[in-house]
Amino acid sequence: MRAWLACCVFALLFFTQSHASAQPTQRTVTLWHAYRGAEQQALEQLIRSFERTQPNVRVSVLAVPFDAYASKLEAAIPRQNGPDLFLDAHERVSSYRARGLIVDSDAVLDLARTEASGAGARLSASDVFEQVSLDAFSANSHVWGAPLALKCLALFVDEALYVRAGSPPLDELESLSAFTDGRLGEGVVPLVYYASNAYFHAPILHAFGGSLLDPADGRYAFVGERAERSVQFVTQLQRDHVTPQELDGAAVSQMFRAGKSLAAISGPWMLGELGDRPVRIVALPRLRQTGQPMRSFVTVEGALLAQHAREPALARALAAFLVRADAAQVRARVGRQVVATRAAWSDPALAQDRTLQPFLRAARVGLAMPTHSNMRLAFEPANQALRRALRDPAALRVALEAGARRFAVGTRPLPPASNPLWLQLLLGSLALTAIYRTVQRARDPVFRQSVRASRTAYAYVSHAVIVVGLLVVSPLVVGALTSLYAGRDGALSYVGTANYREILTAQGAGLLSSGSFYAVLLVTVLWTLANLVLHVSIGVILALLLSRTWLSLRGIYRVLLIVPWAVPSYVTALSWKGMFQRQTGAINAMLHMVGVEPVSWFASFSTAFTANVLTNTWLGFPFMMVVTLGALAGIPQDLYEAAEVDGASAWQQFWLITVPLLKPSLLPAVAMGAVWTFNQFNVIYLVSGGEPDGGTEILVTEAYRWAFTRQAQYGYAAAYAVLIFGVLVLLTRALDRVTQGPARPKGENS
Amino acid sequence: MTPLQRPPPLPWRMAAHAAVIAAVGFALYPVLWVVSLALDGAQRPSGRALPWPVAPSLDHFRAVLFAHSREGTWLFARQLTNSIVVSAMTALTAIAIATPAAYALARFPKFVGAQSGTKALLATQMFPGVASAIPLYILLDKLHLLDTQLGLILVYATTAVPFAIFQLRGAFESIPKDLEEAAMVDGATRLQAFVRVVLPAARPALAVTALFAFMSAWNEFILAATFLSHESAFTLPVALQRHVGEYDAAWGRFAAGSIIVSLPVMALFYALQKNLVGGLTSGGVKG
Repeated sequence: MRAWLACCVFALLFFTQSHASAQPTQRTVTLWHAYRGAEQQALEQLIRSFERTQPNVRVSVLAVPFDAYASKLEAAIPRQNGPDLFLDAHERVSSYRARGLIVDSDAVLDLARTEASGAGARLSASDVFEQVSLDAFSANSHVWGAPLALKCLALFVDEALYVRAGSPPLDELESLSAFTDGRLGEGVVPLVYYASNAYFHAPILHAFGGSLLDPADGRYAFVGERAERSVQFVTQLQRDHVTPQELDGAAVSQMFRAGKSLAAISGPWMLGELGDRPVRIVALPRLRQTGQPMRSFVTVEGALLAQHAREPALARALAAFLVRADAAQVRARVGRQVVATRAAWSDPALAQDRTLQPFLRAARVGLAMPTHSNMRLAFEPANQALRRALRDPAALRVALEAGARRFAVGTRPLPPASNPLWLQLLLGSLALTAIYRTVQRARDPVFRQSVRASRTAYAYVSHAVIVVGLLVVSPLVVGALTSLYAGRDGALSYVGTANYREILTAQGAGLLSSGSFYAVLLVTVLWTLANLVLHVSIGVILALLLSRTWLSLRGIYRVLLIVPWAVPSYVTALSWKGMFQRQTGAINAMLHMVGVEPVSWFASFSTAFTANVLTNTWLGFPFMMVVTLGALAGIPQDLYEAAEVDGASAWQQFWLITVPLLKPSLLPAVAMGAVWTFNQFNVIYLVSGGEPDGGTEILVTEAYRWAFTRQAQYGYAAAYAVLIFGVLVLLTRALDRVTQGPARPKGENS
Repeated sequence: MTPLQRPPPLPWRMAAHAAVIAAVGFALYPVLWVVSLALDGAQRPSGRALPWPVAPSLDHFRAVLFAHSREGTWLFARQLTNSIVVSAMTALTAIAIATPAAYALARFPKFVGAQSGTKALLATQMFPGVASAIPLYILLDKLHLLDTQLGLILVYATTAVPFAIFQLRGAFESIPKDLEEAAMVDGATRLQAFVRVVLPAARPALAVTALFAFMSAWNEFILAATFLSHESAFTLPVALQRHVGEYDAAWGRFAAGSIIVSLPVMALFYALQKNLVGGLTSGGVKG
């Protein structure tokens, strides 16, 4: 029966494999994108029209999850498995260029200009496309993508509340402060926006003449007088109750949607969440205090030509097709995009579109997000500085300067390249020593005897050694060797142990200063201990209860209790984060019912840490419970009968029978659990996100930040990984001594 | 009736029920928020303690279940099949690789290389895979296993093998040696004794280990999305993750999808739990 089942699965597998191959007779151009919903629908509609115009061409489209998009492109394109054309935002162009993943789109723009010009005089690129979109994609006198759509911030106004407020003019942000007197209704605020996020703060900063990053030389600019004044302005808005404190993006759309605020600053992505609530959208106002407009950052999405394309000509043709005026109109009408092709807006319906026109106006006055590769690096320190400054206005200057220091750490000059000769010598001599020792031992007759005796065992383990060696160990060894290299955006050079030296000396700052290796290690150890104690104790207690036959309904209890393990953690972690939200979360709502003041969960280390531990306990106890249940099932019942005959109490039975017999099955699970918790990335990243000020960050999330948000400094991240590995080896050795010291003669006992 | 199975006095039983019910409440509460999100158009209903949908509808579930590709393939069915095949094969492969190795470690703990091998195995779990996606990609590319389910299964299964070996070694160690020795005295070979005597006795541990390997493959999406380049080859979590964008997410669909994704796991656990507790009532292992 079981063999039959396995055959079925194999047959199914074969069946699905054989279907995956593509038709070879036509020419196929491959397009990757991460669009969803209406934008995806519009894109697919356009691809069908493109296929109609080119009868022998098929477009193979792949919609990739956004979270895996960049890493997939980065892995696939250099190995010639990538797409011919892909859609992405202009901020990532500089990184793609540095890695050689894209070629310029000059030819596509030429095609588009020729097409748009028709019989008349030849149009210039800025006649065809919005200027801001060309700014965004231009670098080194080339254009690196065909501009598709603009994304920026605008002001959303709740129509019903607006009428109730007497339809006031909204050309100055400060005019909203007239509605703080409660006339909008109970609990309704004038404005909601994600104030502690640098992207949403940028329009205010720009109105004060400041900037996050100097676009020319990539210098961090969120310090100094203008930055301080912009933050003080927001602090004043919060003091005057114009806008509430501690809102995140999700809470903003939640409150606005629920009719709890007159206005919201957000982007086109919020449109899909509004349901049928009547909304008026206007371009961002200006600030009365400075008289300057709030200029939003503009992100431009474009079609990028991939390096190593198999069908480069078709890719160019498809890109040119997507930016044509009629195609842009489809994207605007169906996909609700603010399209970058000027001629598309001549369509009368689009010219009067009450949603898209305000966004277009906002984009025209907006600033293209700087393409300097430092830009993505600037957001993390700027966000941290902003959060800290808004939480503690007295420490404004300190917070901003701390941000600048963090940025400086991220962009510090790379360590000088060194000669890999020493590494080669070291590896060579290690290999020689190993060979020498093997030969020495092979001569030893006792050793040869024991090897011969081990042959039966080798027959059992050989295949495991081969597969694990190939697919688990070798990628890890490659990863470990990367730690001897340094570089950004994929350009690596050998630097010896420089990465380790920088990490272990905390880059010159105090050894226990926040964010240093040792401080983070301390938090990580605390995190692991707290979780382990809770996981094991809750898991074992529940398993003991659930293994009793007298407990009715235990079958149902057992299934319900594994629910936290069964539901994917990337969803439930977000659910927990939502529950901890200060303004809208369920936990503060519960506290409110028992008369406790709302808690700002992520504002202090202890509460943020508690939130993380609570989430991970919830995620982790079912696993320990299941393992314990399995282990309990293996304990022979007659032992308990014998113990009872001998007069042992229930307590003695637990310590003398259950615990020792649970140990062999439970210890590996506990050891593994400790290691996994030590490296638990998802919970920290999704729930507290390192808040406050990176204080709840653990080693592995630091490593990930270096690899993925700080210009892909893989070498540095790999050095973190090797250090994590070293710490774990030491810790498990110490644990081994503690837990197994006296009780080790296990294995010989039967 | 053994001492543990004899019912204690009523107050104790009620206390036990109360404790378990409290734990169930703790386990279900955040998931009920996910359910209410899936049933409701609203993004995370705000400022309330009870997870109750405002205007319940099944639209999100419908949207997830009946999505079709451009070519008209019923994507959900296809991706569910992919997920089941990949996860089941992962569990089978991991068990097939780990069982003999774990048996050898439990029964011949002193063979040359056993100690260092065990340490190396534990070590693989300690090294965070920050940058191992790209080496793995290159490896699969070289083996021509990229964009195939076989490649994905191999990667998942080998990742699950170290834990499986540890778990099974513990289980084999706690099975008395005399059991198989008795069988061998009766004329069975070691292999026969292993298959007929040891494996059935280790059933609970095998079930837990298989479930674990299955789960790790069932929920993974980063590697799957990186290695697979055909929508019809995607597994369910990849499709699920498509509801999350750069700026926003379709929370309702994401929630509905995650509930659908977790139902098979709960069904599987329900089916396996007889194995988990089987030993208790039938007295599987008696020395």
